[in-house]
Amino acid sequence: MNYLSIRDLTVRLSNGLPLLRKVSLDVEAGEVRALVGESGAGKSMIGKAVLGILPRAARLTGGAILLDGENLETLSPKERRQRIGAKVALIPQDPLTALNPSRRVGPQITDRLVDILDWKRDEAEARALELLNEVHIQSPDRVMKSYPHELSGGMRQRILIASAFAAEPKLIIADEPTTALDVTVQKQILKLIREMQERHQTALLFVTHDLGVVSKISQSLTVLYAGKVIEETSVRSFFAGPKHPYSRALLAATPKYTDPDGSLMPVPDSVISAVEREVAAFDEQLNG
Amino acid sequence: MSEMIYQLQDLKVSFADLSRKPLLGAAPRTEVLKGLSFDIPKGEVLGIVGGSGSGKSTLGRALIRLIEPDAGSIRFEGTDIAHMSENELRPLRRRFQMIFQDPMSSLNPRRRVGGIIAGPLSLQGFDNIAARVDEALDMVGLPRQFAARYPHELSGGQRQRVGIARAIALKPDFILADEIVSGLDVSSQAQILNVLETLVRELGLTLAFISHDLSVIRRLCTRILVLYQGEIVENALTPELFSNPKAAYTRTLLDAIPLPDPDQVWS
Repeated sequence: MNYLSIRDLTVRLSNGLPLLRKVSLDVEAGEVRALVGESGAGKSMIGKAVLGILPRAARLTGGAILLDGENLETLSPKERRQRIGAKVALIPQDPLTALNPSRRVGPQITDRLVDILDWKRDEAEARALELLNEVHIQSPDRVMKSYPHELSGGMRQRILIASAFAAEPKLIIADEPTTALDVTVQKQILKLIREMQERHQTALLFVTHDLGVVSKISQSLTVLYAGKVIEETSVRSFFAGPKHPYSRALLAATPKYTDPDGSLMPVPDSVISAVEREVAAFDEQLNG
Repeated sequence: MSEMIYQLQDLKVSFADLSRKPLLGAAPRTEVLKGLSFDIPKGEVLGIVGGSGSGKSTLGRALIRLIEPDAGSIRFEGTDIAHMSENELRPLRRRFQMIFQDPMSSLNPRRRVGGIIAGPLSLQGFDNIAARVDEALDMVGLPRQFAARYPHELSGGQRQRVGIARAIALKPDFILADEIVSGLDVSSQAQILNVLETLVRELGLTLAFISHDLSVIRRLCTRILVLYQGEIVENALTPELFSNPKAAYTRTLLDAIPLPDPDQVWS
């Protein structure tokens, strides 16, 4: 069953320029779906639309977002906030800017439980400790009392993962959570996200530009170009041979150290202009 | 044996650790590079890899004397530049150039591309500057009309090519490239690497390429230096390092790279 179902979602800038072009995408309960594209493809915009935090200049002009079968657009802003707060969580890209530098880590994990979900503070603190244990943080008591700057990048990302899972959400949106990390730390964090996702059976929408990461974390993927879905397939069949020429070019551009000669072909101009034409043709239909 | 452009002997760099500074007196120093010795032969493309905090950028900055080392020697074409004064360094500056990580912040947003490339040329007293700017744009594969554009009008990959053009216009003997593709999409990354490969081949450049990405390094570099906490843990020719990594840290690093292949299983 689809826990998140996005139907024909269109988001435009205030001047009418489309950022997302009739995007449809499903994430089944307990499934990991990767959302792939180059910068500017609109992959983060989809996560923002689901969470209801689109930038001020962008407006949702068409389509629907169904969360657990309920159309979010029909809810009042307050109801929507409550649904999102209870059912969805975000693992952000940059673990340093996502944490408030002037507050200790502990309250930043428990805030959401206490303020939005009305937990008692001592319950929330016990839960936070339990989760810090789950994300393999040594001496969680000390970490709860630390400030973000006292912790390494990997530790901070672990804290954000703990905090995302704290309220047992049914869907987590991870927006390039390992881009700012070293490869060795990235490996640990990806394994941790996978482990937590399997244990809690959470649906995960994993935004990334790195096809190497995709093959390690997800079962299915959606490829975006200029806010339009280009290909949607399982990870297995994608890596066996993508159907769309743009996806093929993207895979060929991805470095692979085991194959130094066969990798890193820039996306050819012919592929770019073909996919641009495809988007332009789609726009006529979209605007017409 | 081929001629060496750089010879480093027991290079040490430390920084003051201000977070542990006592109320009175000097801050304790943290050793960032703990005595590095290696050579860079002419025409070599040296990859410098390591995790964050391993000292790779510090090493690069010491090579082109943006920082002064605490101890040890840096011989550039036989002359020790480790403790040269700014005045003594000035005539040498043209000969080692740098390409920066973030092309947006390393290009002046208020100058046109042509002016950005011409700036160092006129400072160094070159003639025929307009022709040299055109030539540099040709070499990085940008149309000459781009000289009239501002950095914000270019894509990330095009901006980084401007950074490369600015460095090669001076006809340097050595170029330091510090994580120059890490902020780019894979497709622009591939373009930049192709441009660099061509330049290395055609101009016979000596290049030090700092990166955390071993896939990129493998494509471009002839030799690889692996740094871990300020020390060289491995210094090997590229094919050797990939077929038979000696240091445990190199193996960890290789093992952590996510290959675009669902059959790769992580232990």
